[in-house]
Amino acid sequence: MSAEKTMKLNLKIWRQKNADSNGSIEDFQLDGVSTDMSFLEMLDVLNEQLISAGREPIAFDHDCREGVCGCCGAVVNGQVHGPDEETTLCQLHMRRFHDGDTIQIEPWRSRAFPVIKDLIVDRTAFERIQQAGGFVSVSTGSAPDANTISIPTRDAEKAFDFAECIGCGGCVAACPNGAAMLFTAAKVAQLVTLPQGKLERSSRVLTMVERMDAEGFGDCTNHYECSAACPKGVPIEAIAVMNREYLRATFLSPEGA
Amino acid sequence: MSSNSPILDPKCPGGDIETRWDRHRFAMKQVNPANKRKFHIIVVGTGLAGGSAAASLAELGYRVTSLCIQDSPRRAHSIAAQGGINAAKNYPNDGDSVFRLFYDTIKGGDYRARESNVYRLAQVSNNIIDQATAQGVPFAREYGGHLANRSFGGAQVSRTFYARGATGQQLLLGAYAAMNRQIQAGRIDMRCRREMLELVVVDGVARGVIVRNLITGAYERYAGDAVLLCTGGYGNAFYLSTNAKNSNVTASWRAYKRGAFFANPCYTQIHPTCIPVSGDHQSKLTLMSESLRNDGRVWVPKAAEDKRPASQIPEEDRDYYLERRYPAFGNLVPRDVASRAAKERCDAGFGVGSSSMAVYLDFADAIDRDGEDAVRAKYGNLFHMYQKITDENPYESPMRIFPAVHYTMGGLWVDYNLESTIPGLFVLGEANFSDHGANRLGASALMQGLSDGYFVIPYTVCGHLAGRHLQPVTTQHEAFAEAESEARSQTEKLLAVGGSRSVDSFHRELGLTLWDDCGMARSEKGLKHAIGKIAELRAAFWNDVRVLGEEKDLNQSLEKAGRVADFLEFAEVLVKDALNRTESCGGHFRLESQTEEGEAKRDDENFSYAAAWEYQGTGQDAVLHKEPLAFEYVQLAQRSYK
Repeated sequence: MSAEKTMKLNLKIWRQKNADSNGSIEDFQLDGVSTDMSFLEMLDVLNEQLISAGREPIAFDHDCREGVCGCCGAVVNGQVHGPDEETTLCQLHMRRFHDGDTIQIEPWRSRAFPVIKDLIVDRTAFERIQQAGGFVSVSTGSAPDANTISIPTRDAEKAFDFAECIGCGGCVAACPNGAAMLFTAAKVAQLVTLPQGKLERSSRVLTMVERMDAEGFGDCTNHYECSAACPKGVPIEAIAVMNREYLRATFLSPEGA
Repeated sequence: MSSNSPILDPKCPGGDIETRWDRHRFAMKQVNPANKRKFHIIVVGTGLAGGSAAASLAELGYRVTSLCIQDSPRRAHSIAAQGGINAAKNYPNDGDSVFRLFYDTIKGGDYRARESNVYRLAQVSNNIIDQATAQGVPFAREYGGHLANRSFGGAQVSRTFYARGATGQQLLLGAYAAMNRQIQAGRIDMRCRREMLELVVVDGVARGVIVRNLITGAYERYAGDAVLLCTGGYGNAFYLSTNAKNSNVTASWRAYKRGAFFANPCYTQIHPTCIPVSGDHQSKLTLMSESLRNDGRVWVPKAAEDKRPASQIPEEDRDYYLERRYPAFGNLVPRDVASRAAKERCDAGFGVGSSSMAVYLDFADAIDRDGEDAVRAKYGNLFHMYQKITDENPYESPMRIFPAVHYTMGGLWVDYNLESTIPGLFVLGEANFSDHGANRLGASALMQGLSDGYFVIPYTVCGHLAGRHLQPVTTQHEAFAEAESEARSQTEKLLAVGGSRSVDSFHRELGLTLWDDCGMARSEKGLKHAIGKIAELRAAFWNDVRVLGEEKDLNQSLEKAGRVADFLEFAEVLVKDALNRTESCGGHFRLESQTEEGEAKRDDENFSYAAAWEYQGTGQDAVLHKEPLAFEYVQLAQRSYK
């Protein structure tokens, strides 16, 4: 491990009491930040200081702190989940910063993700997109032996690349249009890549896209910011697959008629 | 205290073990399809157990309310499970069978699990793989297109199915998708950002819960005909663990205080391969999957205090101590054995790294043999995570690892139907105690959570619903008002203390006490010390904790305070259970009870039972009930992996 150092930071953090109030950036000075800390541990230390000063700590979503639950996320100096590639906020470490740095921390910004408090946003729009069709309709107990469905390694691996999405919402925050294309496409592409998902491919893509549009997400204009910001590296190809599936379903399937 | 303990009946069917589950299902009362919609089932938690249960019950036609603490059911901590899920498919043709999976699990648990449950678990394991595959879970495949397997600790066959290093994520997303289908169909009412604070018991039967809406702070009441707790384990009692930050014991603890017995709380699993602690700021520990021990070799220098970098220590100066001590299983010994062996080396002065509290997990041989790309394909996400956290490249130098609290085998006591001692309260997954004995084998947690949810509870809940003539209950019943007022008064008390110390500072102190006195090695002296310390800490907490903010608001300090208050009560039962059990078994290692080689030495004559504790009121000692463990199919023996 690289030698641990400590540093002093100027933090500019978005604070907002609740969904109905206006927020603003507040300034904080934080000393003694170890380079070995994760970004969220740095916020923990700040919160301990705020509590001891009698001020309410900063609210932020977090849970597993190992990059897979998708709870955490913030825009750090203008970048979704901070400066590291394929890294969630909890896996970003303070050795990435320097003594004296100013760090601005804001919640995801999107019409479809209203702020609940401080850095916490409401991502329930994502839930409704998944509920609209992000599944294979197979009830418990009715599955055949797993090896009766053989899948080429290539397809299994490809499906996994899409399936890695953690639903953090970073793609929406990174998109200049606030589009949820990569999120929606990841599920559509995962399932259509596998034989199990092919039966419902048309209805799935139509209902999920319809729901996505109704939630107030923006349109895709091919900026590719979503994939660049994605902490799991979900490939942009997912969107191409979804567009193809959408066209196919709209013009060539009974469901699209 | 233990000689006259009351005996608990697990209601297992007797006779031939292979047909027990079949016969039990046949004997159980049924709910006819048209009547299922008349019953309302409350499921707390949406991990593998809760998610699979909610989806399966809704598919059957029950009305389900599902509650979770996060903003989406997909975020439950099952998502973080890495390595795999066991099943007795025997696809590799290497001699696996239902009986072998059953046998390995009983032995792995150091003969402290219930045979009937474990056999059933092994039986349904194959259905889980089928179900998940049909849902579109992208399991790893061989080039021929069939499912791939790898090996895990405590087994000499390859029976672990996996999806890169994110098997838990993919299985949970499968269950989540199944839930979504039922939410869309209107059969699951999904409520996120809700924390269960009380269980409501009416006429002795669990009939509802009180939750706090974590956004508004409002208390909400949910009434139903059965309550399923699928709320995970209590590893966060130790503060530093591999659990998610929000994982807690509150739901189980409040159920305990309403009459559900808590079984074997001292059975905690310390996982051998975690990234070591790096400083006081550390908020959690990160696991490096057991699957890494398929290819990684564990070693320390042969000479104590050898501070040369790993690359400069030649082969002949390295001690591959697991291969040396356990030639039959080598690096794939079970977790409790591997953890103790690492501790033994570090305590003896052979540890590596700046703290000397670490051992190496080395992939050089695998990279030489298979190439870096092959290793990356199997473990890429784990290596990436290791590098993020430690700033070291594990492709170039060995990982440094050390044991950390990971999983809790103890939990609320349940019978063969997964029903607790409160009728109508069922407990699934890590929250119950039943299947892993004193040590869980790797890749068995996912198997158990999904077995309970997909394939056990859909049958056993019928016995309760059809067999007990339940009267309608609404949230207007006085029991709801009483339970809500309990929950509210605890919250108000926390906000009223107005002390000087943060919740986290108490939690850290509790965690250190448990780690030091009730961690990988336990003694009467240490445990008694811990009991005193926990009582002091609890008094200090209620005297000096500082919880800011308001009750009717999103208030994360208040959430944490409630959980830590419960951990401070629960920890006492954990430690007293450890004190009562003077034998060593699995993850519970009493220094007073070891073999000459330093292995756990059981005392079958006196401790071949599950210890289930009954709450007696604040400040009163809990009463011990015993469920004797009978072994008809596996012969009790000193566990050996040599």
